[in-house]
Amino acid sequence: MSEAAIERGAGKRGLTAGLRRASDIAIRSLVPLMLALLAGGVLLAVLGRNPFSFYGNVWTYGVAQGSWQESAVTMIPFLLIATGLTVIFRANIWNLGYWGQFALGAALVAGLGPWLTTHLPLAVAFVLLFLVAGSAGAAWTLIPAVLKARYGTNEIITTLMMSFIGVGIAGLLIQGPFQDPTVRTPQTQPIDLDKLMPAIPGTSIDASLVVALVFVGAVHFLLTRTAFGLRLHILGLNPRAARHVGANVPRLVITSFLISGGLIGAAAAAWLLSPLQGYLRAGQIPNFGDLIIPFVFLARLNALAVVPFVAFYAVLFTGGTLATTSVNLPTDFLLVLVALVLLFMTVIEYLGRKRELGASYVTPGLKRSLKSPIVRRNAP
Amino acid sequence: MNTLVATEVVTRLFWTSVVAGGLLAGLPLMFTALGETIAERAGVLNIGLEGMMLLGAYVGFLGVYYGHTVWLGYLAGMAAGALASVFMVVLCVWRGFDQIVVGIAITLAGEGITSVLQGAQFGTTYPSLGATPTIAIPLLDRIPVVGTSLFDQPLVVYLGFALVGLLTWTFRSTNVGLNLRAAGEKPEALDAAGVGVVATRTYAELACGALAGLGGAYLAVSVAGVFTPFVTQGQGFMAIVIAMLARGKPLGVVLGSFLFGVSLALGDSLQIAGIHISTDLINILPFIAIIVALIVFGRRSYLPPALALPYVRGAR
Repeated sequence: MSEAAIERGAGKRGLTAGLRRASDIAIRSLVPLMLALLAGGVLLAVLGRNPFSFYGNVWTYGVAQGSWQESAVTMIPFLLIATGLTVIFRANIWNLGYWGQFALGAALVAGLGPWLTTHLPLAVAFVLLFLVAGSAGAAWTLIPAVLKARYGTNEIITTLMMSFIGVGIAGLLIQGPFQDPTVRTPQTQPIDLDKLMPAIPGTSIDASLVVALVFVGAVHFLLTRTAFGLRLHILGLNPRAARHVGANVPRLVITSFLISGGLIGAAAAAWLLSPLQGYLRAGQIPNFGDLIIPFVFLARLNALAVVPFVAFYAVLFTGGTLATTSVNLPTDFLLVLVALVLLFMTVIEYLGRKRELGASYVTPGLKRSLKSPIVRRNAP
Repeated sequence: MNTLVATEVVTRLFWTSVVAGGLLAGLPLMFTALGETIAERAGVLNIGLEGMMLLGAYVGFLGVYYGHTVWLGYLAGMAAGALASVFMVVLCVWRGFDQIVVGIAITLAGEGITSVLQGAQFGTTYPSLGATPTIAIPLLDRIPVVGTSLFDQPLVVYLGFALVGLLTWTFRSTNVGLNLRAAGEKPEALDAAGVGVVATRTYAELACGALAGLGGAYLAVSVAGVFTPFVTQGQGFMAIVIAMLARGKPLGVVLGSFLFGVSLALGDSLQIAGIHISTDLINILPFIAIIVALIVFGRRSYLPPALALPYVRGAR
């Protein structure tokens, strides 16, 4: 065989390997989504609803006729939450306190927003509000972070408890100091429409989308191109190895918690300052995190890959909310869809891992003979 | 003089309602947290409790709604919870999937399915059930303040307390208890001793699901008397916290559940006494107390070393 032929062969093999990897990733990420939609359709049919008109409505209300812009607005807080979760999950730490972090950020922005936006230049007020919400979210992870770093206390319980406390305090803030004095319902004073986040020129999408995308890019850079990102990755794979390569594990744990909480708090600011929101009512703080988690995993903890998945979910959320009501079902049907995504994802993941494990035992020559057992066994 | 009598009556009413309300609100937590204790001992972390409770609550409600028998409701709830835990068993215990991911999926599915089925079946009406029949224990039910609240309860409550005793005994002095603990502490050792780790964990997880379903059914049938979507309001997660803090001890679970139950019930009781404090504040007090305790003592909440780790024979 000539050298050129070998090179060509190697090049071809590289290309096919690349293609195979790409298709592998696509299969592992997209198949769960499709299976979940399929199973959801079957469930709809069982409930006596027409699945085709349901998914048609999701498209109509979530993408078609400019409703994609509404989906894009919905997507903004989802993106920031997903990024925050990506950071902490990379370290193999479970920050399950996202609801409390989000609630506190939202309550503070809703409470301070009306005053800040009227008394300060709008740009300054926005920056301040994002900082306040981000700091609140970050501060709310501090206790679980320190307990985890110093005593190894299980972060699942501490973040869950802090989450309940955060949601409770947010409720107290709304009904206490931040209560709108002009109404009897427990809610904050609405921020004037012209004091909310302006739209990107030519669209009806908030400028926060740009902020969120910048954060996504920054976090992706942090995770893939810096020493911090590498240490975080090692910590996630094996904490003992992280100590051996000289990482300051307690500090790493605390930093990743703070970044995660900060991004989730910022998500609350983006959500509240959207013209769709503008105020907060007690007992109506959404728990977005639960629904975002599956898509963070589907994106394989890659901050950039999070964007299309979150966009998919935003469409499903925006269109699905109207579509479920149009087939006379509670909007909680979407929870079932997300749960199905998670289940199918774990199954596909398992099958993939099993295949890889099996493959690793087989030597290349044996694999070739396995593929075409008779024809080429004795070929040179 | 009259006001003094009035205050005394109010005080007695207040304490009675605190104890009764605490017990009523604490029991669903107790059943569920006992289930989680069994599973955690065996090394299975069940984050899906909230979903299992909701499924138990809905199916239990249906059992009473159509079957007109409280026991049918409880049994149906237990079956529903156990059925949900079959997912956990097959995916996590047998196949080694991530327990936290599957647990979150079960919670989401439980929340979604129960809400959708309730909506598809009853629309926006929420039919309510009659009161659960109670059994009064003679003489003991006459004790002031705690009498009627402790000793005039549905049969399932007494059985629940019997279960606490049974579990304490099982954990402490039976082979089953030892096997459970070994499955969580050192599964290799259990395997080497010739006892199936996967089988042990399977039974533990099924028991956990059944108890969570019973907790949910009790909540819907006997506490609320009605099923509304999200009726558990995060109690599944509270049960996880209680189980972890009780360090695998059934009596600790009882104590923790009662504490949380009192805090959940205190809002209503204070209203009887004419004091208006936000329920938000009262509901977060036990969590704050636990967090403060964790900070002050800096103590690890003890967890079995093999918790949430799938067991693969021969793997290192």
